[in-house]
Amino acid sequence: MIAVDLPYWAQSLLRVLGGTVAVLLPAGTIVYLFLFKMMSFMQSRLGPMEAGPYGSMQLFAEVGKWLQKEDIQPENADKRIFKIAPLIVLVSTFLLVAVVPFGPDAYFTDFEAGIFYALAVSSVSVLGILIAGWSSANKYSLLGGLRAAGQLIAYELPMVLAVIGVVIQAGTMNLNQIVEQQNAGSMFGWDGLGNPYILTQFVGFLVFMIAVQAELTQAPFDMPIAESELVSGYMTEYSGFRFLIFFIAEFATVGVFSLIASVLFLGGWGIPFSWFGWESNNDVDDWMNIVGPLIMITKMLGLSFLIMWVRFSYPRLREDQLQRFAWKVLIPVSLINIMFTAILKVAF
Amino acid sequence: MGFLRDRYNEYGKGMQVTLATFAQTVKPKKYGGGAATVQYPHEKESPPVRARGVIALREDNCTACMLCARSCPDWCIYIEGHKELAPPRRAGGAPRKVNKLDRFDIDYALCMYCGICVEVCPFDALFWSPEYEYSEPRIADLLHDKTKLGEWMETVPEAPELEAGAEKKKK
Repeated sequence: MIAVDLPYWAQSLLRVLGGTVAVLLPAGTIVYLFLFKMMSFMQSRLGPMEAGPYGSMQLFAEVGKWLQKEDIQPENADKRIFKIAPLIVLVSTFLLVAVVPFGPDAYFTDFEAGIFYALAVSSVSVLGILIAGWSSANKYSLLGGLRAAGQLIAYELPMVLAVIGVVIQAGTMNLNQIVEQQNAGSMFGWDGLGNPYILTQFVGFLVFMIAVQAELTQAPFDMPIAESELVSGYMTEYSGFRFLIFFIAEFATVGVFSLIASVLFLGGWGIPFSWFGWESNNDVDDWMNIVGPLIMITKMLGLSFLIMWVRFSYPRLREDQLQRFAWKVLIPVSLINIMFTAILKVAF
Repeated sequence: MGFLRDRYNEYGKGMQVTLATFAQTVKPKKYGGGAATVQYPHEKESPPVRARGVIALREDNCTACMLCARSCPDWCIYIEGHKELAPPRRAGGAPRKVNKLDRFDIDYALCMYCGICVEVCPFDALFWSPEYEYSEPRIADLLHDKTKLGEWMETVPEAPELEAGAEKKKK
């Protein structure tokens, strides 16, 4: 454990800085690495190449472009609500990152009900999207907002149910303890790899990743912003800075959900504790507070690669297929998963 | 196993294609990788021989017969000519009357590259050239005269070999 006594203001400043970095860094990395480059490579082109070496400064060019644009509002829009909506979406991302542990001591908060809080806060963004669609005074925006609400609520359920399997197995909702359980655990007495829950909860992992894909409205679940039907859904009337906020929020949430998925299923910031003879989180050396975030970012990149790979490969589902898939496939599967996990938990 | 193979065909193949394209694009050029696109201002594209880039004019062949101008759907060809007396073919003959071109302009701001003028020309005066770099900052500058059209003749590729068994044109 680190024993440093910082005054309250310094702690707060550190937390704000850390939170901003933890939200903006994944967003920027994901947009450049995956949205710009990987998508281009998968379509046999090079993507942005002019701004900086290999187009690495393209992001700043884009941000500069968006900042210059006029902040337009439709005449009939509900102006104040219209302005607030993107901020609500972004704030839910910031609230999400608050519970993600990056190391034995490198976390913002250490909630006992961490994953419960994360799932609750992630649905705040639905509100932002819904009021964005409603306040735009545009039929496409409204349709997009309603679709988004229907989709996010439908996929919230399998996500929660998939997480319950992990919570049952770990016996705790605290994310840091879930990390500890995985890295201090053993598979049939062999503790060389710990016990990452992706092995025991593979079904839960699949359901969780599919639900995350839908929660993030990434293709093939991007009906709310289906550009060929709804222009851009709830984002249609937004321009300039407010569109930028929506955009950052979308990809920051990809990063944060990848972080949460890596905590739940891939062992989070930890390395198997047996390698260094640690017993629990309290024994972990201080240098893990530096290495932990790097491990987390690596796992985040891996999982976002998966999300983006699926996004670039599949065509969009139809609205009814989407709902049917959530209610008839994912929810029953995750319920069965919970049942089996509970039985096995009691049996062993 | 049939179930798994079906699922793979449904969901796996698409992702395999995108991943394969990804690997192919990332692979260095000297190992046969690279993107299908060209980084245009830095490297030039090589269009196919029969690409419809621009219409070139062989001025000597033109008789100012106006067939191309009249068949142009956009009316973007402007021709003016006059008759001239040329020396007779044989000694002692009467001087020949030939049509001389004064003006042959194509307005590429209007042209829609349908190629009807090239098709309709009975004297082989108009040709397709794959040249494509002739954009202008002002739209009026896209009106090109016969000197410019004549310069593009150099970029016109040789006529391809006739296919086996094709009938030769009778002289």
